[in-house]
Amino acid sequence: MFDAVTIKMIVLGIGETLYMTLVASLIAYIIGIPLGILLVTADKGGIKPMPKLQGALGLVINLLRSVPFLILMIVVLPLTRYIVGTTLGSTAVIPPLAFAAAPYVARVVESSLREVDYGVIEAAKSMGASTMQIIVKVLLPEAKPSLLVGAALAVTTILGYSAMAGFLGGGGLGAIAINYGYYRGEKEIMWAAVILLVIVVQILQESGMKLSKKGDKRIR
Amino acid sequence: MDITDAIIRLADVGKVFQTANGEVKALEHINLDIKAGEIFGIIGLSGAGKSTLVRCMNFLEEPTSGEVLFEGKSLASLSNAELAKVRQSMSMIFQQFNLLSQRNILQNVCFPMEIAGFKKEERQKRALELLNMVGLGDRAKAYPAQLSGGQKQRVAIARALATNPKVLLCDEATSALDPNTTKSILTLLKQINQELGITVIVITHEMAVIESICDRVAIIDKSQIAELGTVAEIFSGPKSKIGRQLIFGGAVKNVDFGEAKRYRILFDGLSSHEPVISNMVLACKVPVNILYAATRDINGMAVGQMIVQVPQNPEDAERVLRYLKGANIPYEEVGNDV
Repeated sequence: MFDAVTIKMIVLGIGETLYMTLVASLIAYIIGIPLGILLVTADKGGIKPMPKLQGALGLVINLLRSVPFLILMIVVLPLTRYIVGTTLGSTAVIPPLAFAAAPYVARVVESSLREVDYGVIEAAKSMGASTMQIIVKVLLPEAKPSLLVGAALAVTTILGYSAMAGFLGGGGLGAIAINYGYYRGEKEIMWAAVILLVIVVQILQESGMKLSKKGDKRIR
Repeated sequence: MDITDAIIRLADVGKVFQTANGEVKALEHINLDIKAGEIFGIIGLSGAGKSTLVRCMNFLEEPTSGEVLFEGKSLASLSNAELAKVRQSMSMIFQQFNLLSQRNILQNVCFPMEIAGFKKEERQKRALELLNMVGLGDRAKAYPAQLSGGQKQRVAIARALATNPKVLLCDEATSALDPNTTKSILTLLKQINQELGITVIVITHEMAVIESICDRVAIIDKSQIAELGTVAEIFSGPKSKIGRQLIFGGAVKNVDFGEAKRYRILFDGLSSHEPVISNMVLACKVPVNILYAATRDINGMAVGQMIVQVPQNPEDAERVLRYLKGANIPYEEVGNDV
């Protein structure tokens, strides 16, 4: 059962899973960080209050987050085809993954930034700092440990989504578990894929926590 | 006072907060001139509006009425960039220190200079000088979490001085510190005022803070200035109810006065050089009962008060009062209520 071909396929599966997860996470963060910052700074009582914009953004994010991932994936198929050129394979999973994860990331970033002590922001204001300087020099660096914990959470969640994408022609360990375990009844291969997914999640989660702790100057 | 004397002038400043339960008036009709180079105290009970008042001075809170002038310029008329410049010459320190927890203390002191656009070498050099000045030069690489409260406030003071400010606003800067640390921080503030000529504005609810470093004081009560004057004036004869409460405090209330009339004798700094009570007793040949006494040293001058009970016999009482009047010693009758 675990011959050279199968093992090669599983190794490739790990690579594809990491590829989909990490690239989609990166894109989700590129979109999610500015949105998360806007949710905090534009809030009533924030450093640059724009309550209407903030309210509208919050609503859109909540709407997107309520759509189940599989449905969202089907809805964005035309967009995927436009960007990637195909709707099959690992790369084709990245646009819907990133699209589904960005609002989630925005909320995770928002909650980290809200933890920053208002007194420190006020101190920066009293020194004449601009909104941009407060964001770059105070909010983000002070929230760094919490942002890293959030990133571990977001990346593992995105990895879970990527496994789901196996149903719709995506690649990776999820696809292997579905194609071999579910459709062909090869339980051993399915379990091997699942166990590997668990290990990958563990590693990503732990690295995130370690990085966060190591970089945090508050504990000593 | 001429406008050139006042580094900060508040003209009829008011601040109204809109809350879910309607309007809350935090400040009403505040008129205040802070002179360049003085240490000015603002005291009041919590909720009196003093924190809002100090935040109006650097526009962290924008007043809803009236004007705030810094060196003659109205802050409301400034652009964002100009306001940022003003804030760099009006630093602030806080009760909770508000240091950046993820930066070491050298980087913390560099922070305002980064905002103001100083060059890197200049930042480092000046930050180290300032840390040396506040006695923490050897801890430059430490993080705020590794320091005690007093050390954190010293870092905050070094940080506040980084951009060469003209004014230092202190918002309850010693309220989170123990008495000894408070003393050393106050000494540092006084030193900064005297050596660098920086105007210091101290917000506090502790009378001891005002007494030990301030030149003038404003007492804030119910969003308004209840009393304003030199520390010696206010301490020797507070006129407002809140002033008496803050200065004479609970100490008097705990004393059980008898039936006879009691008088408060006020020392204004001159009369305390002579043995007032002894002379009075010798001159009047009448015993008095001292119920409460407190004198303090304010800027090298003794001021204070004493509460004495005079005999119930009206003639004896009259003689004592006549003596006090003749010696120009201010006194007043007090009831059970201080």
